Amino acid sequence: MGGRSTLKAFLAAAALSLVLAPVAQAQAPYARPLHSEGIQIGLSTNNIAITAGFSGADLTIFGSLEDADPQVARQGRYDVIVVLEGPGQPVVVRRKDRVLGVWINLESETFDNVPVSYSMASTRPLQDITEPNSYKQLSLGPNNIYLEPAEPDQNPTTIQEFTKALRERKSASGLYSENVGGVQFLSQNLFRATVRLAPDVQIGTHKARAFLFKNGLFIKENSAQLEIRKSGFEQAVYRLAHNHSIFYGSFAVFLAIITGWLGRIVFRKD
Amino acid sequence: MGIYLPIAEISVNVFVLLAMGAAVGFLSGMFGVGGGFLITPLLIFYNIPPAIAVATGANQVIASSFSGALSHMKRGTLDFKLGGVLLAGGVVGSTGGIFVFGFLRRLGQLDLFISLLYVVMLGIVGGLMLVESVNALRKSRDGAAPVLKKSGQHNWIHRLPLKMRFRASKLFVSVIPVLGLGAAIGFLSSIMGVGGGFIMVPALIYLLKVPTNVVIGTSLFQIIFTSAYTTLIHSATNYTVDVILAFMLMAGGVAGAQYGAKVGQKLRGEQLRALLALLVLAVAIRLAIDLFVTPPNLYSLSTAGLN
Repeated sequence: MGGRSTLKAFLAAAALSLVLAPVAQAQAPYARPLHSEGIQIGLSTNNIAITAGFSGADLTIFGSLEDADPQVARQGRYDVIVVLEGPGQPVVVRRKDRVLGVWINLESETFDNVPVSYSMASTRPLQDITEPNSYKQLSLGPNNIYLEPAEPDQNPTTIQEFTKALRERKSASGLYSENVGGVQFLSQNLFRATVRLAPDVQIGTHKARAFLFKNGLFIKENSAQLEIRKSGFEQAVYRLAHNHSIFYGSFAVFLAIITGWLGRIVFRKD
Repeated sequence: MGIYLPIAEISVNVFVLLAMGAAVGFLSGMFGVGGGFLITPLLIFYNIPPAIAVATGANQVIASSFSGALSHMKRGTLDFKLGGVLLAGGVVGSTGGIFVFGFLRRLGQLDLFISLLYVVMLGIVGGLMLVESVNALRKSRDGAAPVLKKSGQHNWIHRLPLKMRFRASKLFVSVIPVLGLGAAIGFLSSIMGVGGGFIMVPALIYLLKVPTNVVIGTSLFQIIFTSAYTTLIHSATNYTVDVILAFMLMAGGVAGAQYGAKVGQKLRGEQLRALLALLVLAVAIRLAIDLFVTPPNLYSLSTAGLN
């Protein structure tokens, strides 16, 4: 095992791709500085291997502001929101209704391309960063991500109701989360974001996105990809189960027989 | 201590799984039921996806049944011939059940149907057994020696043709009801995703009048094959058997099964039947509550295409 420490090492080592911009500051000091801010994020590794000991982890993402206005930075009026978004999947939301006293799944609504997980970290509470409308436009935050119904021409109230239920279920299961204060500025330009990887994090390509706000206005966005996959043994078992399923099934049966036999020998009570 | 399950794709606690396996294995060895009807709901309750819980439960049941069957074999309380005939019927029944399973799944109400089937089957079986065994217990307490098999008292089953002798069960009976029983249980078990021990045990006791102690060994013997078949089918078609999860449960289960068989041997037939009846009824009530009580969440999510 020891996989946990490997992962930790990866994360702890999460380096940064620091692209500072000293050039901008060298420009004429008395003219009104025209800053064109940018944001960069870096992951030390673009793939994380999940091993037997994996029980969730905190992923640290480092990043920096480019061409930041030192005055604005001093006043703390730069805000950063970092999101780790899981791969998209079609999801069916079902609603139970009572029929003859029994609760039955009756109505359902399918959504295309719903991120499996959505872990967000921000410098401050969301309502303090910018207007609700900009979140909607950016499709940013567990309550604002655009969820696309598979049949959009249905009754809008029904769609709205099921969309709400989908967000609510995802948040309740911890797959959609917000971490206020999860982004911290280490210096004027450098920040560190901590997002949570759940124990049942989905295997696949995750996308880390960083959003920069200045004085409550959205400035720039940047993203990086993160591949989450199973490590050697787990991956081998998974492959075997899918590619040689009959052999895998026979092995499972054989293992059960051997375990039963050994158990009889070890624990026999007569 | 956590462990990551490669198929279920979730991290779980090893000790919880071992304890779960041991508890179910104990009951399995004691009553001769595979424990599928207990392990599957337990796993689902522990956040394992239902499809994986059903298939992996079947895999774990093989181990505890095999372990239990070995100890019954040694005591001579396993009727291979009866088990074999039941099994022959069972294979036919399971194959039919798999087709019906697919049909119900296409209709989209499989979960409800399975729950209703569980509640009805467990309710009937548990209720009848409880009434009978409590009566038997009361009679034996009143002083009358318990009469297991009244000679000369035969039901219609014993008048059917094609009789066969089952020596270990002290039984001389037509193969038609034995095959039929095997087929019916195979059918139900492939739909419900269980070995079918909880139906097999009372059916052998009450319908075929097999002595209780032989019933348990024979039922376990039959379950080994039924659940092996289920495991193979699930691995090949749904890729839902998690061998790591199954192994954790097995390790606990085989230990529990040996202790359970020992305790079961000390109890009298009617006590054993009363306890099994209570267990079966408890599961039925638990499932019925889920059907009738307003669920805490009216909405549920499922990944389209995977189910």
